[in-house]
Amino acid sequence: MHNKTLAQISQDLQAGEYSSVEVTKHFLDRINTLDGQYNSFITVTEEQALTQAKAADELRAAGNANEWTGVPMAHKDIFCTEGVRTSCASKMLDKFIAPYDSTVADNFNQVGAVSLGKTNMDEFAMGSSSESSFYGAVKNPWNEEHVPGGSSGGSAAAVAARLAPGITATDTGGSIRQPASFCGVTGIKPTYGRVSRFGMISYASSLDQGGPIARTAEDAAMMLNVMAGFDKKDSTSIERDVPDYRADLNKSVKGMTIGLPKEYFSDDLDPAMAQTIQAAIKEYEKMGANLKEISLPNTNLCVPAYYVIAPSECSANLSRMDGVRFGHRCEDPKDIEDLFKRSRSEGFGDEVQRRIMVGSYALSAGFYDAYYKKAQQVRRLIKNDFVAAFNDVDVIMSPVAPSPAFKFGEKSKDPVSMYLEDIYTLSTNLAGLPGMSIPAGMINDLPVGLQLIGNYFDESRLLNCAHQFQNATDWHTKTPTGLK
Amino acid sequence: MSLDTNQVLAIADLSRLQIDEKSITEFQTNLSNILDLVDQLQAVDTTGVEPMAHPMDAVQRLRADVVTEDNKREKFQKIAPSTADGHYLVPKVVE
Repeated sequence: MHNKTLAQISQDLQAGEYSSVEVTKHFLDRINTLDGQYNSFITVTEEQALTQAKAADELRAAGNANEWTGVPMAHKDIFCTEGVRTSCASKMLDKFIAPYDSTVADNFNQVGAVSLGKTNMDEFAMGSSSESSFYGAVKNPWNEEHVPGGSSGGSAAAVAARLAPGITATDTGGSIRQPASFCGVTGIKPTYGRVSRFGMISYASSLDQGGPIARTAEDAAMMLNVMAGFDKKDSTSIERDVPDYRADLNKSVKGMTIGLPKEYFSDDLDPAMAQTIQAAIKEYEKMGANLKEISLPNTNLCVPAYYVIAPSECSANLSRMDGVRFGHRCEDPKDIEDLFKRSRSEGFGDEVQRRIMVGSYALSAGFYDAYYKKAQQVRRLIKNDFVAAFNDVDVIMSPVAPSPAFKFGEKSKDPVSMYLEDIYTLSTNLAGLPGMSIPAGMINDLPVGLQLIGNYFDESRLLNCAHQFQNATDWHTKTPTGLK
Repeated sequence: MSLDTNQVLAIADLSRLQIDEKSITEFQTNLSNILDLVDQLQAVDTTGVEPMAHPMDAVQRLRADVVTEDNKREKFQKIAPSTADGHYLVPKVVE
Protein backbone atom coordinates (compact mmCIF):
# COMPACT_ATOMS: atom_id res chain seq x y z
CA MET A 1 0.00 0.00 0.00
CA HIS A 2 2.85 2.39 0.88
CA ASN A 3 4.38 2.02 -2.57
CA LYS A 4 1.32 3.57 -4.14
CA THR A 5 1.30 7.21 -5.16
CA LEU A 6 -1.12 9.78 -3.75
CA ALA A 7 -3.13 9.61 -6.97
CA GLN A 8 -3.37 5.80 -6.74
CA ILE A 9 -4.40 5.89 -3.07
CA SER A 10 -7.04 8.48 -3.95
CA GLN A 11 -8.39 6.23 -6.71
CA ASP A 12 -8.32 3.13 -4.50
CA LEU A 13 -10.27 4.93 -1.78
CA GLN A 14 -12.82 6.09 -4.33
CA ALA A 15 -13.11 2.56 -5.71
CA GLY A 16 -13.52 1.13 -2.21
CA GLU A 17 -10.38 -1.06 -2.45
CA TYR A 18 -9.64 -0.22 1.18
CA SER A 19 -10.82 2.32 3.74
CA SER A 20 -9.11 5.48 4.93
CA VAL A 21 -8.75 3.92 8.39
CA GLU A 22 -6.91 0.97 6.82
CA VAL A 23 -4.49 3.05 4.78
CA THR A 24 -3.95 5.51 7.65
CA LYS A 25 -3.17 2.66 10.07
CA HIS A 26 -0.79 1.19 7.53
CA PHE A 27 1.25 4.41 7.30
CA LEU A 28 1.13 4.99 11.07
CA ASP A 29 2.45 1.45 11.64
CA ARG A 30 5.22 2.10 9.14
CA ILE A 31 6.20 5.34 10.85
CA ASN A 32 6.21 3.61 14.25
CA THR A 33 8.32 0.73 12.96
CA LEU A 34 10.77 2.52 10.69
CA ASP A 35 11.11 6.14 11.69
CA GLY A 36 13.39 5.38 14.64
CA GLN A 37 15.96 4.92 11.88
CA TYR A 38 15.32 8.14 9.95
CA ASN A 39 13.96 10.58 12.53
CA SER A 40 11.91 12.23 9.81
CA PHE A 41 8.91 13.00 12.06
CA ILE A 42 8.93 15.26 15.12
CA THR A 43 5.33 14.56 16.09
CA VAL A 44 3.06 11.72 14.99
CA THR A 45 -0.61 12.58 15.50
CA GLU A 46 -1.91 9.03 15.63
CA GLU A 47 -5.15 9.67 17.48
CA GLN A 48 -6.14 12.70 15.39
CA ALA A 49 -5.24 10.89 12.17
CA LEU A 50 -7.50 7.96 13.04
CA THR A 51 -10.35 10.29 14.00
CA GLN A 52 -9.97 12.12 10.67
CA ALA A 53 -9.80 8.79 8.80
CA LYS A 54 -12.94 7.50 10.48
CA ALA A 55 -14.80 10.72 9.65
CA ALA A 56 -13.57 10.43 6.05
CA ASP A 57 -14.88 6.87 5.75
CA GLU A 58 -18.26 7.99 7.10
CA LEU A 59 -18.35 10.85 4.62
CA ARG A 60 -17.61 8.42 1.81
CA ALA A 61 -20.28 5.98 2.99
CA ALA A 62 -22.76 8.88 2.92
CA GLY A 63 -21.76 9.64 -0.68
CA ASN A 64 -20.12 12.97 0.12
CA ALA A 65 -16.50 12.20 -0.68
CA ASN A 66 -14.09 13.98 -3.02
CA GLU A 67 -10.72 12.80 -4.36
CA TRP A 68 -8.94 13.94 -1.18
CA THR A 69 -11.35 12.44 1.35
CA GLY A 70 -9.32 10.20 3.65
CA VAL A 71 -6.02 10.50 1.77
CA PRO A 72 -3.08 10.43 4.23
CA MET A 73 -0.35 13.09 4.12
CA ALA A 74 1.72 15.11 6.59
CA HIS A 75 2.99 18.64 7.24
CA LYS A 76 6.43 20.11 7.69
CA ASP A 77 6.61 21.24 11.32
CA ILE A 78 6.69 24.89 10.21
CA PHE A 79 2.94 25.00 9.40
CA CYS A 80 0.77 25.83 12.40
CA THR A 81 -1.73 23.06 13.13
CA GLU A 82 -4.33 23.90 15.76
CA GLY A 83 -3.99 21.84 18.93
CA VAL A 84 -0.80 20.16 17.73
CA ARG A 85 2.76 21.10 18.67
CA THR A 86 4.35 23.25 15.97
CA SER A 87 8.03 23.40 16.89
CA CYS A 88 9.91 24.55 13.77
CA ALA A 89 12.48 22.02 15.10
CA SER A 90 13.51 24.53 17.78
CA LYS A 91 13.81 24.27 21.55
CA MET A 92 12.21 27.74 21.48
CA LEU A 93 8.90 26.23 20.33
CA ASP A 94 9.25 22.77 21.86
CA LYS A 95 6.11 23.31 23.93
CA PHE A 96 4.26 25.54 21.46
CA ILE A 97 0.81 24.13 20.73
CA ALA A 98 -0.45 26.18 17.81
CA PRO A 99 -3.66 28.03 18.74
CA TYR A 100 -4.80 28.22 15.10
CA ASP A 101 -4.36 26.53 11.71
CA SER A 102 -2.15 27.82 8.93
CA THR A 103 -4.09 28.38 5.70
CA VAL A 104 -2.23 25.45 4.13
CA ALA A 105 -3.18 23.07 6.96
CA ASP A 106 -6.73 24.39 6.89
CA ASN A 107 -6.95 23.79 3.12
CA PHE A 108 -6.03 20.13 3.59
CA ASN A 109 -8.53 19.81 6.46
CA GLN A 110 -11.24 21.37 4.31
CA VAL A 111 -10.82 18.76 1.55
CA GLY A 112 -10.83 15.94 4.12
CA ALA A 113 -7.18 14.81 3.95
CA VAL A 114 -5.73 12.92 6.93
CA SER A 115 -2.64 14.40 8.59
CA LEU A 116 -0.24 11.77 9.97
CA GLY A 117 1.93 14.29 11.80
CA LYS A 118 4.66 16.90 11.55
CA THR A 119 8.02 16.38 9.88
CA ASN A 120 11.53 17.25 11.01
CA MET A 121 13.61 20.05 9.48
CA ASP A 122 16.50 22.43 10.07
CA GLU A 123 15.73 24.73 12.99
CA PHE A 124 13.49 27.58 11.74
CA ALA A 125 14.21 26.32 8.18
CA MET A 126 17.75 27.68 8.32
CA GLY A 127 20.01 25.07 6.84
CA SER A 128 20.69 22.71 3.96
CA SER A 129 21.17 19.41 5.78
CA SER A 130 18.48 19.00 8.49
CA GLU A 131 21.30 18.57 11.00
CA SER A 132 20.36 21.63 13.07
CA SER A 133 17.05 20.28 14.41
CA PHE A 134 16.58 20.38 18.19
CA TYR A 135 15.14 16.87 17.80
CA GLY A 136 18.26 15.45 16.16
CA ALA A 137 19.37 15.08 12.55
CA VAL A 138 17.29 13.39 9.86
CA LYS A 139 18.92 10.43 8.06
CA ASN A 140 18.84 9.96 4.31
CA PRO A 141 16.94 6.70 3.56
CA TRP A 142 19.31 6.03 0.63
CA ASN A 143 22.34 5.99 2.90
CA GLU A 144 22.09 6.76 6.58
CA GLU A 145 25.60 8.21 6.72
CA HIS A 146 24.40 10.99 4.44
CA VAL A 147 22.19 14.01 5.10
CA PRO A 148 18.72 14.21 3.51
CA GLY A 149 19.28 17.86 2.57
CA GLY A 150 17.42 20.74 4.12
CA SER A 151 15.63 22.48 5.40
CA SER A 152 12.67 20.21 4.47
CA GLY A 153 14.79 17.08 5.07
CA GLY A 154 12.12 15.32 7.13
CA SER A 155 9.46 15.80 4.44
CA ALA A 156 11.79 14.51 1.68
CA ALA A 157 13.17 11.59 3.73
CA ALA A 158 9.69 10.49 4.86
CA VAL A 159 8.37 10.48 1.28
CA ALA A 160 11.48 8.58 0.11
CA ALA A 161 11.05 6.02 2.92
CA ARG A 162 7.37 5.62 1.98
CA LEU A 163 6.19 6.85 5.38
CA ALA A 164 3.69 9.20 3.72
CA PRO A 165 2.77 9.61 0.06
CA GLY A 166 3.02 13.42 0.07
CA ILE A 167 4.12 16.04 2.59
CA THR A 168 4.05 19.84 2.67
CA ALA A 169 7.32 21.73 2.75
CA THR A 170 8.73 25.25 2.41
CA ASP A 171 11.51 26.77 0.34
CA THR A 172 13.35 30.01 1.14
CA GLY A 173 16.59 29.30 -0.73
CA GLY A 174 16.23 25.71 -1.94
CA SER A 175 14.61 23.98 1.05
CA ILE A 176 12.13 22.00 -1.07
CA ARG A 177 14.30 21.33 -4.13
CA GLN A 178 17.63 20.36 -2.55
CA PRO A 179 16.19 17.73 -0.12
CA ALA A 180 13.97 16.44 -2.95
CA SER A 181 17.14 16.02 -5.03
CA PHE A 182 19.07 14.34 -2.18
CA CYS A 183 16.24 11.91 -1.39
CA GLY A 184 15.14 11.06 -4.95
CA VAL A 185 11.66 12.59 -4.72
CA THR A 186 9.71 15.33 -6.52
CA GLY A 187 9.23 18.83 -5.13
CA ILE A 188 8.00 22.16 -6.40
CA LYS A 189 8.47 25.66 -5.02
CA PRO A 190 5.73 27.81 -6.54
CA THR A 191 5.93 31.47 -7.58
CA TYR A 192 6.26 33.81 -4.60
CA GLY A 193 2.75 34.70 -3.43
CA ARG A 194 1.06 31.62 -4.91
CA VAL A 195 0.72 29.65 -1.64
CA SER A 196 -0.42 31.47 1.50
CA ARG A 197 2.20 32.11 4.16
CA PHE A 198 -0.45 32.64 6.85
CA GLY A 199 0.44 30.43 9.82
CA MET A 200 3.66 29.28 8.16
CA ILE A 201 6.36 30.32 10.61
CA SER A 202 8.34 33.11 8.92
CA TYR A 203 12.04 32.91 8.24
CA ALA A 204 12.62 35.42 5.40
CA SER A 205 9.23 36.80 4.46
CA SER A 206 10.09 38.08 0.99
CA LEU A 207 11.55 34.69 -0.02
CA ASP A 208 9.55 32.03 1.89
CA GLN A 209 7.14 29.94 -0.15
CA GLY A 210 5.28 26.72 0.65
CA GLY A 211 5.01 23.79 -1.73
CA PRO A 212 4.62 20.02 -1.87
CA ILE A 213 7.07 17.11 -1.80
CA ALA A 214 5.74 13.86 -3.27
CA ARG A 215 6.92 10.97 -5.42
CA THR A 216 5.57 12.11 -8.79
CA ALA A 217 4.75 15.29 -10.65
CA GLU A 218 1.12 14.19 -10.77
CA ASP A 219 1.02 13.92 -6.96
CA ALA A 220 2.76 17.28 -6.58
CA ALA A 221 0.11 18.79 -8.89
CA MET A 222 -2.65 17.20 -6.84
CA MET A 223 -1.22 18.73 -3.64
CA LEU A 224 -0.57 22.12 -5.21
CA ASN A 225 -4.24 22.24 -6.24
CA VAL A 226 -5.07 22.23 -2.53
CA MET A 227 -2.26 24.55 -1.40
CA ALA A 228 -2.34 27.34 -4.00
CA GLY A 229 -4.66 30.33 -3.94
CA PHE A 230 -5.17 33.90 -2.86
CA ASP A 231 -5.46 34.43 0.88
CA LYS A 232 -6.51 37.75 2.29
CA LYS A 233 -4.77 36.86 5.55
CA ASP A 234 -1.37 36.91 3.78
CA SER A 235 -0.53 40.47 2.73
CA THR A 236 1.93 39.26 0.06
CA SER A 237 -0.47 36.71 -1.46
CA ILE A 238 -1.23 37.26 -5.15
CA GLU A 239 -4.83 37.68 -6.29
CA ARG A 240 -4.90 35.48 -9.34
CA ASP A 241 -6.92 32.45 -10.44
CA VAL A 242 -5.49 29.01 -9.75
CA PRO A 243 -5.53 26.62 -12.72
CA ASP A 244 -6.06 22.86 -12.31
CA TYR A 245 -2.39 21.87 -12.13
CA ARG A 246 -3.16 18.42 -13.51
CA ALA A 247 -4.82 19.77 -16.66
CA ASP A 248 -1.61 20.19 -18.67
CA LEU A 249 0.33 17.15 -17.43
CA ASN A 250 -0.12 15.19 -20.64
CA LYS A 251 0.78 17.97 -23.07
CA SER A 252 3.69 17.24 -25.37
CA VAL A 253 6.94 19.10 -24.79
CA LYS A 254 7.64 19.02 -28.52
CA GLY A 255 8.84 22.38 -29.76
CA MET A 256 9.41 23.72 -26.26
CA THR A 257 12.64 25.70 -25.78
CA ILE A 258 14.81 24.82 -22.79
CA GLY A 259 17.34 27.38 -21.62
CA LEU A 260 20.64 26.17 -20.20
CA PRO A 261 22.37 28.93 -18.21
CA LYS A 262 26.07 28.78 -19.02
CA GLU A 263 26.92 30.04 -15.52
CA TYR A 264 25.27 26.89 -14.04
CA PHE A 265 27.26 24.57 -16.31
CA SER A 266 30.68 26.14 -15.80
CA ASP A 267 33.94 24.19 -15.48
CA ASP A 268 33.48 24.24 -11.70
CA LEU A 269 30.58 21.81 -11.99
CA ASP A 270 31.52 18.31 -10.89
CA PRO A 271 31.95 16.13 -14.04
CA ALA A 272 29.70 13.32 -12.75
CA MET A 273 26.97 15.87 -11.99
CA ALA A 274 27.40 17.54 -15.38
CA GLN A 275 27.10 14.16 -17.13
CA THR A 276 23.97 13.14 -15.19
CA ILE A 277 22.21 16.44 -15.84
CA GLN A 278 23.20 16.43 -19.54
CA ALA A 279 21.80 12.91 -19.89
CA ALA A 280 18.50 14.04 -18.35
CA ILE A 281 18.32 17.01 -20.69
CA LYS A 282 18.97 14.63 -23.62
CA GLU A 283 15.67 12.95 -22.73
CA TYR A 284 13.88 16.22 -23.41
CA GLU A 285 15.70 16.54 -26.73
CA LYS A 286 14.45 13.05 -27.61
CA MET A 287 10.92 14.24 -26.81
CA GLY A 288 11.31 17.08 -29.29
CA ALA A 289 12.35 20.01 -27.11
CA ASN A 290 14.95 22.50 -28.34
CA LEU A 291 17.97 23.52 -26.29
CA LYS A 292 19.38 27.02 -26.10
CA GLU A 293 22.34 28.34 -24.16
CA ILE A 294 21.42 31.39 -22.09
CA SER A 295 23.27 33.67 -19.72
CA LEU A 296 22.31 34.79 -16.21
CA PRO A 297 25.26 37.14 -15.71
CA ASN A 298 24.57 38.01 -12.06
CA THR A 299 24.53 34.39 -10.87
CA ASN A 300 27.66 34.88 -8.72
CA LEU A 301 25.80 37.53 -6.69
CA CYS A 302 22.96 35.24 -5.59
CA VAL A 303 24.73 33.82 -2.54
CA PRO A 304 25.92 37.19 -1.17
CA ALA A 305 22.55 38.89 -1.86
CA TYR A 306 20.67 36.03 -0.21
CA TYR A 307 22.88 36.05 2.89
CA VAL A 308 22.06 39.70 3.47
CA ILE A 309 18.33 39.57 2.73
CA ALA A 310 17.48 36.29 4.48
CA PRO A 311 19.34 37.02 7.76
CA SER A 312 18.00 40.61 7.82
CA GLU A 313 14.41 39.44 7.50
CA CYS A 314 15.03 36.58 9.94
CA SER A 315 16.39 38.95 12.58
CA ALA A 316 13.17 40.97 12.34
CA ASN A 317 10.84 37.95 12.20
CA LEU A 318 12.44 36.09 15.08
CA SER A 319 12.33 39.11 17.37
CA ARG A 320 8.82 37.96 18.28
CA MET A 321 10.36 35.03 20.16
CA ASP A 322 11.11 36.89 23.36
CA GLY A 323 9.92 34.60 26.13
CA VAL A 324 6.88 36.78 26.86
CA ARG A 325 3.84 35.62 24.89
CA PHE A 326 4.80 32.10 23.83
CA GLY A 327 7.81 29.85 23.47
CA HIS A 328 10.74 29.15 25.74
CA ARG A 329 11.30 31.32 28.81
CA CYS A 330 14.46 31.19 30.96
CA GLU A 331 14.30 30.42 34.69
CA ASP A 332 14.22 33.33 37.17
CA PRO A 333 14.95 36.31 34.91
CA LYS A 334 16.47 39.14 36.95
CA ASP A 335 15.12 41.88 34.68
CA ILE A 336 13.44 42.30 31.29
CA GLU A 337 16.74 42.37 29.33
CA ASP A 338 17.84 39.18 31.05
CA LEU A 339 14.47 37.60 30.22
CA PHE A 340 14.85 38.43 26.51
CA LYS A 341 18.50 37.51 26.20
CA ARG A 342 18.61 34.28 28.14
CA SER A 343 15.29 33.01 26.76
CA ARG A 344 16.53 33.59 23.21
CA SER A 345 20.04 32.24 23.71
CA GLU A 346 18.72 29.11 25.43
CA GLY A 347 15.95 28.66 22.89
CA PHE A 348 17.82 29.19 19.60
CA GLY A 349 20.55 26.97 18.18
CA ASP A 350 23.88 28.28 16.84
CA GLU A 351 22.95 28.74 13.19
CA VAL A 352 19.76 30.63 14.06
CA GLN A 353 21.76 32.90 16.41
CA ARG A 354 24.37 33.49 13.70
CA ARG A 355 21.76 34.53 11.15
CA ILE A 356 19.98 36.79 13.62
CA MET A 357 23.29 38.50 14.37
CA VAL A 358 24.24 38.92 10.70
CA GLY A 359 20.80 40.42 10.12
CA SER A 360 20.96 42.75 13.12
CA TYR A 361 24.34 43.96 11.91
CA ALA A 362 23.15 44.49 8.31
CA LEU A 363 20.11 46.44 9.49
CA SER A 364 21.88 48.45 12.19
CA ALA A 365 22.24 52.23 12.01
CA GLY A 366 24.64 53.31 9.28
CA PHE A 367 24.79 49.94 7.51
CA TYR A 368 21.31 49.70 5.98
CA ASP A 369 22.26 51.25 2.61
CA ALA A 370 25.47 49.25 2.30
CA TYR A 371 23.82 45.91 3.01
CA TYR A 372 20.04 45.53 2.84
CA LYS A 373 19.33 48.20 0.24
CA LYS A 374 22.32 47.11 -1.84
CA ALA A 375 21.20 43.48 -1.70
CA GLN A 376 17.67 44.45 -2.77
CA GLN A 377 19.11 46.36 -5.74
CA VAL A 378 21.22 43.35 -6.71
CA ARG A 379 18.10 41.25 -6.31
CA ARG A 380 16.45 43.28 -9.06
CA LEU A 381 19.46 42.73 -11.32
CA ILE A 382 19.10 38.97 -10.71
CA LYS A 383 15.39 39.14 -11.52
CA ASN A 384 16.09 41.14 -14.71
CA ASP A 385 18.47 38.39 -15.90
CA PHE A 386 15.61 35.89 -15.69
CA VAL A 387 13.06 38.22 -17.27
CA ALA A 388 15.40 38.66 -20.24
CA ALA A 389 16.07 34.91 -20.47
CA PHE A 390 12.37 34.05 -20.51
CA ASN A 391 11.94 36.18 -23.63
CA ASP A 392 13.76 33.41 -25.50
CA VAL A 393 13.00 30.19 -23.61
CA ASP A 394 10.01 28.42 -22.02
CA VAL A 395 11.78 26.71 -19.16
CA ILE A 396 15.29 26.73 -17.68
CA MET A 397 17.07 23.55 -16.57
CA SER A 398 20.11 23.03 -14.36
CA PRO A 399 21.47 20.94 -11.50
CA VAL A 400 19.70 21.42 -8.15
CA ALA A 401 22.86 21.20 -6.05
CA PRO A 402 26.60 20.90 -6.76
CA SER A 403 26.70 17.29 -5.51
CA PRO A 404 24.52 14.42 -4.30
CA ALA A 405 23.83 14.15 -0.53
CA PHE A 406 26.97 14.84 1.50
CA LYS A 407 27.94 13.14 4.76
CA PHE A 408 26.96 14.24 8.27
CA GLY A 409 29.32 16.84 9.71
CA GLU A 410 30.95 17.51 6.35
CA LYS A 411 29.66 21.08 6.07
CA SER A 412 28.03 21.83 9.41
CA LYS A 413 31.28 23.15 10.94
CA ASP A 414 31.71 25.82 8.28
CA PRO A 415 28.60 27.93 7.65
CA VAL A 416 29.94 29.46 4.42
CA SER A 417 30.53 26.03 2.80
CA MET A 418 26.94 25.12 3.75
CA TYR A 419 25.69 28.38 2.18
CA LEU A 420 27.41 27.56 -1.12
CA GLU A 421 25.37 24.35 -1.23
CA ASP A 422 22.40 26.46 -2.38
CA ILE A 423 24.23 28.11 -5.27
CA TYR A 424 21.79 26.88 -7.97
CA THR A 425 18.55 27.25 -6.02
CA LEU A 426 18.78 30.69 -4.37
CA SER A 427 18.25 32.59 -7.62
CA THR A 428 14.62 31.50 -8.06
CA ASN A 429 13.73 32.64 -4.52
CA LEU A 430 15.42 35.98 -5.09
CA ALA A 431 13.58 36.42 -8.40
CA GLY A 432 10.35 34.93 -6.98
CA LEU A 433 10.10 32.33 -9.76
CA PRO A 434 8.77 28.77 -9.49
CA GLY A 435 11.36 25.98 -9.35
CA MET A 436 11.17 22.23 -9.22
CA SER A 437 13.37 19.20 -8.56
CA ILE A 438 12.72 15.81 -10.16
CA PRO A 439 14.72 12.58 -9.78
CA ALA A 440 17.02 12.45 -12.82
CA GLY A 441 19.85 10.01 -12.14
CA MET A 442 22.19 8.47 -9.59
CA ILE A 443 25.78 9.24 -8.58
CA ASN A 444 27.53 6.76 -6.22
CA ASP A 445 24.19 5.12 -5.44
CA LEU A 446 22.70 8.43 -4.34
CA PRO A 447 19.87 10.17 -6.19
CA VAL A 448 20.37 13.42 -8.09
CA GLY A 449 17.68 15.89 -9.09
CA LEU A 450 17.22 17.98 -12.21
CA GLN A 451 16.09 21.55 -11.54
CA LEU A 452 13.35 23.08 -13.70
CA ILE A 453 12.81 26.83 -13.41
CA GLY A 454 9.70 28.42 -14.90
CA ASN A 455 8.42 31.89 -15.65
CA TYR A 456 6.13 33.59 -13.10
CA PHE A 457 2.97 31.52 -12.43
CA ASP A 458 4.08 28.87 -14.93
CA GLU A 459 3.83 26.01 -12.41
CA SER A 460 1.61 24.08 -14.84
CA ARG A 461 4.38 24.03 -17.42
CA LEU A 462 6.96 22.83 -14.88
CA LEU A 463 4.62 20.04 -13.75
CA ASN A 464 3.94 19.18 -17.39
CA CYS A 465 7.69 18.96 -18.15
CA ALA A 466 8.24 16.88 -15.01
CA HIS A 467 5.38 14.51 -15.81
CA GLN A 468 6.59 13.97 -19.37
CA PHE A 469 10.07 13.16 -18.04
CA GLN A 470 8.57 10.71 -15.55
CA ASN A 471 6.61 9.04 -18.36
CA ALA A 472 9.86 8.51 -20.26
CA THR A 473 12.18 7.53 -17.36
CA ASP A 474 11.95 5.50 -14.15
CA TRP A 475 14.24 7.44 -11.80
CA HIS A 476 11.24 8.57 -9.72
CA THR A 477 10.21 4.95 -9.11
CA LYS A 478 13.56 3.91 -7.59
CA THR A 479 13.41 2.87 -3.96
CA PRO A 480 16.18 3.23 -1.38
CA THR A 481 18.15 -0.04 -1.11
CA GLY A 482 16.84 -2.40 1.53
CA LEU A 483 13.55 -0.54 1.88
CA LYS A 484 10.49 -2.76 1.63
CA MET B 1 36.02 42.13 7.08
CA SER B 2 37.10 41.10 10.54
CA LEU B 3 34.98 41.80 13.61
CA ASP B 4 36.59 42.26 17.00
CA THR B 5 35.25 40.86 20.26
CA ASN B 6 33.55 44.10 21.22
CA GLN B 7 31.74 44.30 17.89
CA VAL B 8 30.49 40.73 18.31
CA LEU B 9 29.21 41.57 21.78
CA ALA B 10 27.55 44.75 20.49
CA ILE B 11 25.80 42.79 17.70
CA ALA B 12 24.70 40.15 20.22
CA ASP B 13 23.27 42.93 22.37
CA LEU B 14 21.37 44.43 19.41
CA SER B 15 20.06 40.91 18.71
CA ARG B 16 19.03 40.43 22.36
CA LEU B 17 21.22 37.36 22.58
CA GLN B 18 23.59 36.39 25.35
CA ILE B 19 26.80 34.90 24.01
CA ASP B 20 28.81 32.92 26.52
CA GLU B 21 32.56 33.55 26.86
CA LYS B 22 33.68 30.33 25.23
CA SER B 23 31.68 30.78 22.01
CA ILE B 24 32.73 34.40 21.32
CA THR B 25 35.73 33.39 19.19
CA GLU B 26 33.67 30.96 17.15
CA PHE B 27 30.96 33.56 16.48
CA GLN B 28 33.69 36.09 15.67
CA THR B 29 35.23 33.81 13.03
CA ASN B 30 31.93 32.69 11.53
CA LEU B 31 30.36 36.15 11.41
CA SER B 32 33.52 37.62 9.88
CA ASN B 33 33.52 34.92 7.18
CA ILE B 34 29.85 35.56 6.40
CA LEU B 35 30.46 39.31 6.14
CA ASP B 36 33.41 38.61 3.80
CA LEU B 37 31.08 36.57 1.63
CA VAL B 38 28.41 39.26 1.43
CA ASP B 39 30.93 42.05 0.90
CA GLN B 40 31.17 40.92 -2.75
CA LEU B 41 28.04 43.04 -3.22
CA GLN B 42 29.98 46.25 -2.63
CA ALA B 43 31.77 45.87 -5.98
CA VAL B 44 28.51 45.96 -7.97
CA ASP B 45 27.39 49.19 -9.61
CA THR B 46 23.74 49.60 -8.65
CA THR B 47 23.35 53.28 -9.52
CA GLY B 48 19.72 53.98 -10.40
CA VAL B 49 18.53 50.43 -9.65
CA GLU B 50 15.25 50.38 -7.75
CA PRO B 51 15.48 48.10 -4.66
CA MET B 52 13.20 45.05 -5.01
CA ALA B 53 11.06 44.10 -2.02
CA HIS B 54 8.44 41.90 -3.73
CA PRO B 55 9.04 39.93 -6.94
CA MET B 56 5.81 41.27 -8.46
CA ASP B 57 6.41 44.71 -6.96
CA ALA B 58 3.10 44.30 -5.15
CA VAL B 59 2.14 46.81 -2.51
CA GLN B 60 0.26 46.28 0.75
CA ARG B 61 -3.45 45.77 0.19
CA LEU B 62 -5.83 47.87 2.19
CA ARG B 63 -9.06 46.64 3.74
CA ALA B 64 -12.01 48.23 5.45
CA ASP B 65 -11.27 49.15 9.07
CA VAL B 66 -13.68 46.66 10.62
CA VAL B 67 -13.27 43.84 13.13
CA THR B 68 -12.58 40.55 11.35
CA GLU B 69 -11.43 38.35 14.24
CA ASP B 70 -13.06 37.26 17.46
CA ASN B 71 -11.32 37.94 20.73
CA LYS B 72 -9.13 34.89 21.38
CA ARG B 73 -7.23 36.23 24.36
CA GLU B 74 -7.78 33.18 26.55
CA LYS B 75 -6.72 30.83 23.82
CA PHE B 76 -3.55 32.79 23.14
CA GLN B 77 -2.70 33.30 26.80
CA LYS B 78 -2.98 29.59 27.49
CA ILE B 79 0.32 29.08 25.68
CA ALA B 80 2.13 31.99 27.36
CA PRO B 81 4.87 31.28 29.92
CA SER B 82 3.29 33.47 32.60
CA THR B 83 -0.02 35.36 32.79
CA ALA B 84 -2.39 36.78 35.39
CA ASP B 85 -5.81 38.47 35.05
CA GLY B 86 -5.48 38.58 31.27
CA HIS B 87 -2.01 40.15 31.33
CA TYR B 88 1.37 38.79 30.29
CA LEU B 89 3.78 38.81 33.22
CA VAL B 90 7.38 39.98 32.92
CA PRO B 91 9.98 41.16 35.48
CA LYS B 92 9.29 44.68 36.78
CA VAL B 93 10.15 47.27 34.12
CA VAL B 94 9.07 50.55 35.77
CA GLU B 95 9.85 51.27 39.42
